[in-house]
Parts: sequence; C-alpha cells; structure tokens
Amino acid sequence: MTALFDAHGITKCFGGLVAINRVDYALDRGISSIIGPNGAGKTTLFNVFTGLYEPDAGEVTFRGRSLVGLRPDQITALGVCRTFQNIRLFANMTAIENVLVGMHARVRLGLWDALTHPPRFHTVERGLWQRGSELLERVGLRDKANEIARNLPYGDQRRLELARALGSEPALLLLDEPTAGMTQGEAGHLMGLLRRLVADLGLAILLIEHNMRVVMEVSDRVTVLDHGEKIAEGLPREVQGDARVIEAYLGRSSASRSPRAPS
Amino acid sequence: MIRAVAAVAAVALSVTLVDLFPRSILVFLAFQLSLLYVYVTRIPAWLRTGLLGVALLVLMPLIGFRNGYYLEVATQVGIFAALALGLNIVVGLAGLLDLGYVAFFAVGAYSWAIVGSPHANLIFGGGFPLAPGWFYVFLFVGLAVAAITGVLLGLPVMRLRGDYLAIVTLGFGEVIRVLANNLDKPINLTNGPKGITPIGRPPLPFGIPYSEGFYFLVLLIVAVVILVNRRLEDSHIGRAWEAMREDELAAQAMGVPLVRAKLLAFACGASFAGVMGVVFSAKQIFINPESFTFLESIGVLAMVILGGMGSIPGAVVGATVVTVLNLQVLKGFSLWLNELKNAGVTVLGYSLADLPTQLEPAKYERMVFGIILVLMMIFRPQGIFPARRRQRELAHTDKVPTAVVP
Repeated sequence: MTALFDAHGITKCFGGLVAINRVDYALDRGISSIIGPNGAGKTTLFNVFTGLYEPDAGEVTFRGRSLVGLRPDQITALGVCRTFQNIRLFANMTAIENVLVGMHARVRLGLWDALTHPPRFHTVERGLWQRGSELLERVGLRDKANEIARNLPYGDQRRLELARALGSEPALLLLDEPTAGMTQGEAGHLMGLLRRLVADLGLAILLIEHNMRVVMEVSDRVTVLDHGEKIAEGLPREVQGDARVIEAYLGRSSASRSPRAPS
Repeated sequence: MIRAVAAVAAVALSVTLVDLFPRSILVFLAFQLSLLYVYVTRIPAWLRTGLLGVALLVLMPLIGFRNGYYLEVATQVGIFAALALGLNIVVGLAGLLDLGYVAFFAVGAYSWAIVGSPHANLIFGGGFPLAPGWFYVFLFVGLAVAAITGVLLGLPVMRLRGDYLAIVTLGFGEVIRVLANNLDKPINLTNGPKGITPIGRPPLPFGIPYSEGFYFLVLLIVAVVILVNRRLEDSHIGRAWEAMREDELAAQAMGVPLVRAKLLAFACGASFAGVMGVVFSAKQIFINPESFTFLESIGVLAMVILGGMGSIPGAVVGATVVTVLNLQVLKGFSLWLNELKNAGVTVLGYSLADLPTQLEPAKYERMVFGIILVLMMIFRPQGIFPARRRQRELAHTDKVPTAVVP
C-alpha cells in the first residue's frame, strides 16, 4: 500500500539558489515534524506541497494522485490544507466567517442556489454555520465567533487559522510554525489539541516547528532539513542524538562537545 | 415612540413643503433628508419599510406631478444606484479596482440603442426598429451582453491586482468609448460621435406617462439589484469574494478558485450596469459616446467610496448624494453665484461683476465636488454607511444564522 502522502526527488530553485534539493518525504498518519535552521527550506517545501510553488523536479502524490501542477484550491479540495507562518487570516471578517471561507471547497451550491434560495440553500447554509461553530468550539474560540479576526489576540489568531484550515475537512493538515509567538503553556495546549485532532478525526498532521521541546514531545516522527537537504529522519530521540543534526544547529566545533554547551 | 412620530412628521412636513414650494431645491433636499432620517433612526422595521415604501412609491411620483424635474433626478439617482451597487460587488466585495466600469453601461445601452432605433437598418437592411415590446427582452440581452463583456475583460487581467488592474480597466473603459466613437465605419454600428436616435421606448401599462414609467421601472430594477446583492453577500460566493479581497493567496489556499470567483464578480457587476444601460438608452432616446466617459466611471467609483465600500446602503446613499450634488446642489450653487455676480454684489470691496470669465462660477462645480470628496476622505474615510460585519446569534440550539443585528 502506498503512503497517504508521498513526495520524492523534490527540487526547487530560485535563480541560482537551490532551496530544496532532491528531498524525499512520505507520511501516513499521526504527527510528523520538519525542523531545521532558518533558511533550511522548510516553508519552501510546504509551498511545494500545497501548490503555491511548482517543483523544478520531483513528484508529489496524495492518496495516489499527483499534486504537481494543481492549483492550491484544487489541492485543498483533495484534502490537503495548511496554515501560514505569518498569520494570513481574512482580517476584516469575523472569526466564524473565516472558518466558513475555509469550508468553501466543500460547499455544493452554485450561483443559482445563492440567487434563488431554494430550501436546499438554507439547509446547507445552516449546516455550514453549525459546523463552523463546532470547529470554533474545538479550538476554544466559541465565544469569539463574531469577533473581527484582526481584533483577536495573537494566540487566538493562530488557533483561528487552525480552525479555518479544519473547515476544508483535510485528511492532511500542514501547520507552519503554529506555536510561533506563543508561551510554553499555550504551545502545550495547542499540542494537546493537535493530539486530540489526530485521535478524533484521524487526520495526519505535518508541522514545521522551532520550539524543540514541543517538537520532541508531540511528534511521532521528525525530519531535519538543512540547506535544502534532508539530513536526518526518525523518532524524536534518534534525531536528537544525530551528529549531523547537532552540527547543523550548533556548528561543527561544538559537535564534539556537549550539545547544550554555548558556542 | 417619539422617534416614530418624528419620522412620520418629517416625511409629511417635507412633502407638504415640496407641494408648497415646488421650485425650491432646498425643500426637495429636505424631503431626501427626511427619507435618510427614516432609514437611520431607530423605529420599528415595519414602520420604516412602510414609510420608505409610501415615500418612494406614492409621494415621489406625486412630487413628480408638481415638478417633473425632481422625478427626473430621482430616476437618475436610481440608475446610478444600480451602477454603484454593481461596482460595489467588484470593488467593495471582491476588491478588484475597476476604473472602466462605465464600459459595461455603454455595452448595455448600445445593445438596445442599435436595434431599438432605425439605425440598425443601415447594418441589416430593414425591419428595424424592433417593436417597443422587445425592450423588455433586451433588458436581459443587455444583462447577458454586459456579463459576457465582463468575463472577456476579466480573462486577460486575471493575474493583475491593485494599481495594475486599475490601469488596465481604465484602458478598457477608454477602448469601449473609442470603439463607440469610431465604429461608424467600415460598418456603421454605433454612428460614431453623432450618436444614435431616436431609440424606442417601451410600451407602458395603464397609460402611465413615460417619466413615471421609467421611474417605476428603475425603482423595480434597483430593488432586484439590492436583493441580488444581499443574497450574494450572504452566501458562500460573497464570503469567497471578501476573502479574496482580504488575502488572495490565503483565499486560494483555503479552496477558493480565484479565476472563477473573479470572473463571477466581474460578470455580476457588469450585468447590473448592462441592464441599466438598456433603460438609460430608452429613457434618453439619444445616446452617444459622450455619455460613457472616464469621468462617469470615476463618478460611480466616488459613489461607492463615499457611501462606504462593500456596503449596500452605502452604495445607494452614495449614488444619491453624488447625483443630487451634481444635478441640483452644485447647479444651484453656481446659479446662485451667477445671480450674485449679475446683481453686482461686492465682496471685500471687489465687484463680482468684474470677475474674469476664467473664474465663471459654473466652473467651480467640479472643484466643490472635489473638495467635498477630499474632506470626506480626511474626516470619514470609511464612507457614510461603512459596511458592518453582521453579528450572528450562535446559540447552543441548531437555529444558527438568524438574528441580524446591525
């Protein structure tokens, strides 16, 4: 059986810079993480996965279907959705409206339905609002449904982005630094939430994360990127001990010393 | 309670005043302000609807009997309200800055003008003008033609945003005007700058006079346009448009097909203008490219911005304010200045009669309009009636999107 999500030989260049160099990546279920120093190509890889960039070489398949050359909205409709590193909410819309937009790919209504308001329209619309408030409930924003997204505190905005992505009923959720700017406590809560999502909805999650404690705690599997190449992959504690990983993070000379030592 | 009485009194009083002084612009403005007051004040919804309904359906036509020009102003307001509502979809909701919007109006106008006048005989030989009844069919033809034109404009500009889109649409508007100006050869399609006349008028039931007939027709179309606008806004389509306006990339990543959503916005906005173009050409009997200049596009855009981007009442009020300013207030202002000048009034020891012709009061009209726009943008950049996010009741029960509290 092939993996749920499978990418191999991904290469992406910007001019002379090779941002991603022949990276293979596959995942099936649970929470996986991609870590790596700044500029390692993590977000570029996400952008290739979600159709924002077309890879120069390589193949991405999801449930056996190729994603290369599809538009981002088509990829979302197939069941791969993402959040952004720098929050990109629809700032002047309310929280619940943001989630409703996330459901766009699942709305089976046309222009004519919107104009004539057949009974079906009301049923579908009511269902959307119902599910939207459920999703807000899930991320703990139920009582802020009518708040304008721009007015929400930072942590809430991150969670709203998560709810919005969940609106598209993804089978694979890509989260780009979901805990950035959060306190350790908030990050812990969010990870608990992700765990529950995996358990309840059976979705696969792929994280880009800088918060090492979070990554090591929550991930089933960790992949390390450096200079656009995959340098290590495995269980969190395997990766932690990997010499190349320590070198990538702390530099060559410190590799021989304790990984915690200041360099 | 006291507000309800005040609202009724305001409308009744202003109508009486119009009846007493049918020539006074100020009194007619008072009537319009009373309607605005009825709209914004806190009174029961049935009273508000009733008052506005009576005012628009009964009082306004009656005023038209006292002074026909007022009905003409009201009809113009209606035409521009529909245009502003159409542009509001494109600019206000979908965030696509369109500076050539009047092109769609022109397309609609010419589609009826050509076949509704003897002009088409030059192209097709004979058999024209079409029977007046065809006018009603052409309301839909104009809609369709304008919508198709909207899609055709939309396709090449799909990748453009913001300023770039504005420049291209501006060019498109000019292209349509220049085409209208020059398509008198090789085939005489538009009769060039001389324009087309006489354009057929629709048959009206019950022997209603044309001025009243067009007023009611425009009112009906505006009502339909408002309904369509509201329904689109409150559907997944409207939400997708707004998401696109807020963040195109994120909207696409959330599953909004950008190309389709944009083309739909262009087509919807254009179709309203197309319908009104058909009405406009029949109402005016005569059209030429001068009616579809860049200034008209800017005028409609000014209505949308002045009223409040993305807001339906805003678009209607913006259209009213700009049209009334242009047709009445500024005209009245320059007439007044002229009177002062002719009477030889002196200001600070300088006789106004000595003003050089370059400083003709009539030339201030545009300047005053510009100053008003600038002042609005400084002191109320969000517009007269800014779009408000609807606050929805999200009860624990399953009745979700019900109460709409402004």
